[in-house]
Amino acid sequence: MAIKIRLHSSDYDKMLEHCRKGLPNEVCGLLGGVVNGEEKEVKKVYLLTNIDESNEHFSMDPREQLQAVKDMRANGYVMIGNFHSHPESPSRPSEEDKRLAYDPSIEYMILSLAEEEPVLRSFGISKEKEVSIHEIEIS
Amino acid sequence: MTITVAGNKKEYEEGLTVAQLIEAENVESPLYVTVTINDEFAARDDFETLALKDGDVVEFLYFMGGGAD
Repeated sequence: MAIKIRLHSSDYDKMLEHCRKGLPNEVCGLLGGVVNGEEKEVKKVYLLTNIDESNEHFSMDPREQLQAVKDMRANGYVMIGNFHSHPESPSRPSEEDKRLAYDPSIEYMILSLAEEEPVLRSFGISKEKEVSIHEIEIS
Repeated sequence: MTITVAGNKKEYEEGLTVAQLIEAENVESPLYVTVTINDEFAARDDFETLALKDGDVVEFLYFMGGGAD
């Protein structure tokens, strides 16, 4: 059975707005939720600051990351994954994205604004840095 | 002593350092991990000598970053 991610449209809208507001820079965030077997449901999106302030790379603000982790725990959520934007490149993990992907159990979402229509994809990245695309259902 | 690690209460011997806790908790890729103790960020240079105290609350935060091609 393939991994599937459920994302509420209101959360997608929050992510998209965060990505657009952050232009020309990359932005980032975390995804808290619940896991049922191969299905992961995003329950809360955390919009974080890219402390690199760059349109080519990002680093999450560790203080905001700490607050998000604590909030997830308080709500009974687990870390589903993270997301970041690619303002000018496609929705696929860069070599740097893969190098810095330490956890094969979480989702790495990339929202591309390179084309007129935004493209959101979710990836799993193994320890061997093999990339798999996971289905996202936005509802 | 009792410390809380990533939300779970754990029993450890007095004098445990941050570096020893990282090893005991089998933290993967420790070079990419930031440690907070009671919401304060611990300096990496202090990991070997910084001893934890009873009641401390510890979080491990993985560096999250990346970039475009």
